[in-house]
Amino acid sequence: MNIEVRDITKNFHDFTALRGVSLQMASGDLTALLGPSGSGKTTLLRIIAGLETPDSGHVLFDGVETTERGLRERQVGFVFQHYALFRHMTTFENVAFGLRVRPREQRPTRKEIRDRVMKLLALVQLDKFADRYPSQLSGGQRQRVALARALAIEPNVLLLDEPFGALDAKVRKDLRRWLRRLHDEIHVTSVFVTHDQEEALELADKVVVMNEGKIEQIGASEEVYHQPATRFVYDFLGNVNLFHGRVQDGTAFIGGMAVDMPEAGHEGPAQAVAYIRPHLLDIAYHHNGESHFQARVTHINAAGPIVKVELETDVGDTVHVELSQQRYAELDLKKGAHVFVTPKDMKVFLVDYADYSI
Amino acid sequence: MTPSGQTSSAEQTRLEPPAVRFVLLGVALTFLGLFLVVPLAVVFAQAFSKGIHVYWAAIVDPDARHAICLTLVTALVSVPMNVVFGIAAAWAITKFEFRGKNILITLIDLPFTVSPVISGLIFVLLFGAQGAFGPWLSAHDIKIIFAVPGIILATTFITAPFVARELIPLMQSQGSEEEEAALSLGANGWQTFWRVTIPNIKWGLLYGVILCNARAMGEFGAVSVVSGHVRGRTNTMPLHVEILYNDYNFAGAFAVASLLAMLALATLALKKIVEWRVRQTLAEAERMASQGKIPA
Repeated sequence: MNIEVRDITKNFHDFTALRGVSLQMASGDLTALLGPSGSGKTTLLRIIAGLETPDSGHVLFDGVETTERGLRERQVGFVFQHYALFRHMTTFENVAFGLRVRPREQRPTRKEIRDRVMKLLALVQLDKFADRYPSQLSGGQRQRVALARALAIEPNVLLLDEPFGALDAKVRKDLRRWLRRLHDEIHVTSVFVTHDQEEALELADKVVVMNEGKIEQIGASEEVYHQPATRFVYDFLGNVNLFHGRVQDGTAFIGGMAVDMPEAGHEGPAQAVAYIRPHLLDIAYHHNGESHFQARVTHINAAGPIVKVELETDVGDTVHVELSQQRYAELDLKKGAHVFVTPKDMKVFLVDYADYSI
Repeated sequence: MTPSGQTSSAEQTRLEPPAVRFVLLGVALTFLGLFLVVPLAVVFAQAFSKGIHVYWAAIVDPDARHAICLTLVTALVSVPMNVVFGIAAAWAITKFEFRGKNILITLIDLPFTVSPVISGLIFVLLFGAQGAFGPWLSAHDIKIIFAVPGIILATTFITAPFVARELIPLMQSQGSEEEEAALSLGANGWQTFWRVTIPNIKWGLLYGVILCNARAMGEFGAVSVVSGHVRGRTNTMPLHVEILYNDYNFAGAFAVASLLAMLALATLALKKIVEWRVRQTLAEAERMASQGKIPA
């Protein structure tokens, strides 16, 4: 089932959670709503579920107007951030709940319910825990019970609110991969909310980056990471170095470097900022004719697959560079060394003071 | 560590010197004895002072039997009313945002802050012969004041806060996510209430009911104002005790009072059992978790 939201607006008292959000999610896709807290991502998820009503705008399931339909009629599987398991019911009863509350004529028989629930518990690898109460399960197990419970009603859509937020790092990674495999297996249209960019990029087919109630960019993981559409996306996804400079006559002057920027036009001088990812900077002892700037090495962290180098420029700005272990070995870099830093790629944005809020 | 080292460290953890502990314990026990145990003993001693026959006669006396029945009826009507009101109020306060919520929370506590006599007077002023609705009521031949409806109204008013006050903090701490989950799984409001909300609050609710019932049966002030003290008609047990006492029938008064005292003891025991039950379920869950029976 594909989902479409059209021009959704939502206010809570004097706080605007969503300002005219439109979005389409294809059938069978796994979509991530990514953004900092207060970006409106959870509100959007709850509006899709029917847990909140939008002030204006529409929600469509398979092209059918669903905005006015209640939570019950939408048949969405919702996994709550803190799981919201029924604490007085066993794992089995939790998963069976959605089947047991059906009107008599649609309700499966006892045996059918039993078979369905046990099959789901096997799917989430919890068949041995059918008689446990939620308080007797670990965080990761509770999460999987919540998932099985949501899947039991054969939902049109699976919605997950910060699905890994309450788990510790190790469990989170395992569960993330497991969820990706599960999604490939059952292929139900799924949307999850996260503030963790790594989680969104690894798990989702499509990432929707949100900020202050608006969508900043929609795209595949690689797309939003490698071609950020806005300054916010650049800043929010991955580490980035920020340089201030100015643009004049189609050329950006950033910290002593001159970069062609034909799209800026040939108007008078304007303020600009340049974003460069740490792995797109290279270090050399001699300048090789390309644009570069000088800096001094202040810190090196070589523990890990990549080497993180911290430098300080002549004007006192801190710059982060990530080198491969191989390149690091070639350079034989030492703390305190004076080096030339060359950007392999950068993105320059004109500063619009109106949205200078990052 | 040496044995002497252990002793000294154990002693250091006890901050108060023995004398202070002794005084504190002594004050608490003396107070308990003087104000709780002795009066309770006196009630039973006086009740049986003229022998078991007098005791029994005082209880099976028609007026006493009527007072007992009226007390039970009052509790039977007002406690369920307050259960409905308590759940509705706690639900409204904890699950919804609305204007005037704080006023409602304050109003729920009103019966606790107003003297019971005043509470009784409010009903006299409303429904009495000279009251606001008095002429209309007498025109339609409906009696509220100096009759059973007045007693039930006053008792319900006095005991209104018990269930609600017990449930509000409980439901606040539980939030409404489980209800939202139930609705998202296709349950209707009724199913959600009976299958999710009630099981979650049942022990808190029972606790509130026990306290509410004890007060409903024991209420004196407000009921005294609205009842009119008509023997065999509008006397509840506490009022009957007063009448017997004023008649210098001490053995009879204490015999009926001993029933109320036993109700208090039964309430206390029930309250303890419920508290113990709540703690036990919690402890069991924690014990299971900490025993490592659960592979992560």
